[in-house]
Amino acid sequence: MATTVAPTTLGAAVTRVEGREKVTGEAAYAYEHEIEGAVYAWIVQATIASGAVRRVDAARALRLPGVLGVLWHENAPDLGEVEDGELAVLQSRRVAYRGQIVALTIADSLEVARDAAALLDVAYEAEPHDVELRDDHPKLYKPPKVNPNFETDTEEGDVDAALARADVVVDRTYTTPAEHNNPLEPHATLAVWRDGGLTLYDSTQGAPRARDTIAAVFDLPPERVRVISPHVGGGFGSKGTPRPTAIAAALAAKHVDRPVKLAATRQQMFAFVGYRTPTIQRLRLGADAGGRLLALAHEVAEQTSTVREFAEQTAVPSRMMYASQTRRTSHRVAALDVPTPSWMRAPGETPGMYALESAMDELAIELGLDPIELRARNEPETDPETGLPFSSRGLVACLREGAARFGWERRDPTPGARRNGPWLVGTGVASSTYPARRAPSAAFARALPDGTFVIGIGAADIGTGARTVLLQIAADALEVPPERVRVEIGDSALPFAMLAGGSMGTTSWGSAIVRAIEALRERLAEHAGDLPPEGVQAQADTTEEIKAQERYARHAFGAQFCEVRVNADTGEVRVARMLGVFACGRILNPLTSRSQFIGGMTQGVSMALHEESVLDLEFGDYLNHDLAQYHVPVFADIGDIEATWIEEEDPHLNPMGAKGIGEIGIVGTAAAVANAVHHATGVRVRDLPIRLDRVLAGLAA
Amino acid sequence: MPHVTHFADVTLRINGADHALHVDTRTTLLDALREHLGRTGSKKGCDHGQCGACTVLVDGRRANACLLLAVTLDGVDVTTVEGLADGDALHPLQDAFIEQDAFQCGYCTPGQICSAVGMIEEARAGWPSAVTGDLTAAPALDDDEIRERMNGNLCRCGAYANIVPAIAQVAR
Repeated sequence: MATTVAPTTLGAAVTRVEGREKVTGEAAYAYEHEIEGAVYAWIVQATIASGAVRRVDAARALRLPGVLGVLWHENAPDLGEVEDGELAVLQSRRVAYRGQIVALTIADSLEVARDAAALLDVAYEAEPHDVELRDDHPKLYKPPKVNPNFETDTEEGDVDAALARADVVVDRTYTTPAEHNNPLEPHATLAVWRDGGLTLYDSTQGAPRARDTIAAVFDLPPERVRVISPHVGGGFGSKGTPRPTAIAAALAAKHVDRPVKLAATRQQMFAFVGYRTPTIQRLRLGADAGGRLLALAHEVAEQTSTVREFAEQTAVPSRMMYASQTRRTSHRVAALDVPTPSWMRAPGETPGMYALESAMDELAIELGLDPIELRARNEPETDPETGLPFSSRGLVACLREGAARFGWERRDPTPGARRNGPWLVGTGVASSTYPARRAPSAAFARALPDGTFVIGIGAADIGTGARTVLLQIAADALEVPPERVRVEIGDSALPFAMLAGGSMGTTSWGSAIVRAIEALRERLAEHAGDLPPEGVQAQADTTEEIKAQERYARHAFGAQFCEVRVNADTGEVRVARMLGVFACGRILNPLTSRSQFIGGMTQGVSMALHEESVLDLEFGDYLNHDLAQYHVPVFADIGDIEATWIEEEDPHLNPMGAKGIGEIGIVGTAAAVANAVHHATGVRVRDLPIRLDRVLAGLAA
Repeated sequence: MPHVTHFADVTLRINGADHALHVDTRTTLLDALREHLGRTGSKKGCDHGQCGACTVLVDGRRANACLLLAVTLDGVDVTTVEGLADGDALHPLQDAFIEQDAFQCGYCTPGQICSAVGMIEEARAGWPSAVTGDLTAAPALDDDEIRERMNGNLCRCGAYANIVPAIAQVAR
């Protein structure tokens, strides 16, 4: 498919459309919409990890002045069945994990609702719980598919024989902990029932899809439900689909027949809104003396809950990343008494590429080969598993460009050889990749008599800059200045569109907008005389276009470079400098794109050094469930960090010639940091995060 | 002892205007702003003083509004992000944040900006930070000083690399 939009505004560093609203505090997020008579709900969570609610005594709570109601499984309305068992809020006495919602209190003030929650007497029948993932866990099983719809296992050639004849073999196990998305805006919903219909002001990454799911839960036709979500305070996947908070708010509003506001507390966000599964990954690489891969085996153990199966696609990037004569990938999950894991920025690629790119670094060292050269020698001509041609593949170009900018050629590969006072200094590199996809979406384009245009699409801007980039796409497709275009998003009343996820928002929505504008041009060409006051409108849907598109392996690529300082006395790791170089088709807005890349890289540094949800085995709960104990980077943790990109013309993508950029920034970052730590110290930490104690244990050994 | 809710009257001075409120004594300044006065600018990210999204200026000094009880602030000057612009003219920090793309989702942004306003004043008043080298000289707000002094404001989107130059543009 040819790139059809001639870039005028596209490619320009346009500042955010909603910038003024956000810096003045006028931008209203879900909880902040003003609705007359809204009251407050508070969530009561299970204090056991497995078992059942035996009895709920609400008498004391209900006596408290200002309390409007208490809901639990015995008096909650029946809900329709949906695939996501987490949404069956208060439908059963079973407790599947500690922190699950067991009751709601509703009151005319936030303080009283919270007080009532504390007065609620909930008795349980506790059963033994099983919350610890191990790679020999008896409950590990092979899920039918891995997220979203990949084969669970793949095998090509005789891996074991190839490993046996390889000159060099690396056989290592890497682990990543549970990590929580923690968008800064908590999951929040303001639910309003009116005339039997439901309106939700919701913090969601996709209003139309949320509308359909919530309609199914409440047995309503979708047209009786509306989800409004103009601004979303981050999500990184956890707001991709409706979470129990949205259902709870609507249940509470129905119960008291008043609009109800509900927000998860920060602590509650460690229970029922999703997180990244912990992973245990065994990587085996076998190569000949020249560094060509003969075998690549990536076997993963991870967890899901008993409520819903979520199987992260952790080994999937190993299927397309490098040429190898033989290959095996597999996923096993254990359904434990834990909250359901879900999407967190680049599910699959993020933990999987940490392991693969760490193993590649270890292999390069074993071979005495430069890690960039090792990757270049294993560059496949076509997609190794499908045999499809790559629509474009900029990995080696990114590695070479990054090497030149970072000063890689001056690097002495010897580990632990550079010291500046107490600081050991080292550098590392890793590859990044992320699929470049798009999903069916619809949009309308309307021409108004005053010469302006309105574009409508059920898209979401969760901080990506989507609203701004879609305006640029529309302006260029219309061949008018952006000042004459208004883009409406964040409302399920707008045409159905892909949610903000999988790095396919802009590509999916942009395609629909371009097609709607093409349809509008045809309508306008047929139109004679002045436009009517309501304008002329056309709508387009990309379902057929996407179904009919040519078969290519479409992926974005990148290279991450990192310099660290490691304190030899304390084990403290400081990231001195980071550079990401990306090949993502055409960059539509360098300002917001750079922010996406750097934001992803910052989260990757966080994954490498800070983030770890610590499970308390006795109580089956994530212990460090707040932002004082669950560490994310602060200003002082992020110094010199830069992202850039190479020019990439790819005619096989979409009318904009763009690949999604929302996730690739985090992919590979943790491996680059870990590889740099090894180069600095000689210590290979294979369990994230790279904590002080882990570095010190290695330095002492 | 019966479980009762206590109420009290308080007059909050928000951005120069007085607001008489009758509130549950447990109401925080943050909830008073958001739930009683309909203000959207002060954000609740953690309600525990750990994220900084609710940062406001109390008598000119930055504070987490989630950690202050409204009833303790009778007659005290509170400045929120809504009080920084001069009519249609944005505060220089607000302009700088837009220009440098110093936010993504925007939820931490009002707190970042209020915090930066307070931080710049602290430095002007000569307050040192943990990274100030010469404690006898007026601290210069280089990038390390800005980072150190802004550590109380989390940005989960990872916009730190753009917030620092935005603040530097105004502070230097």
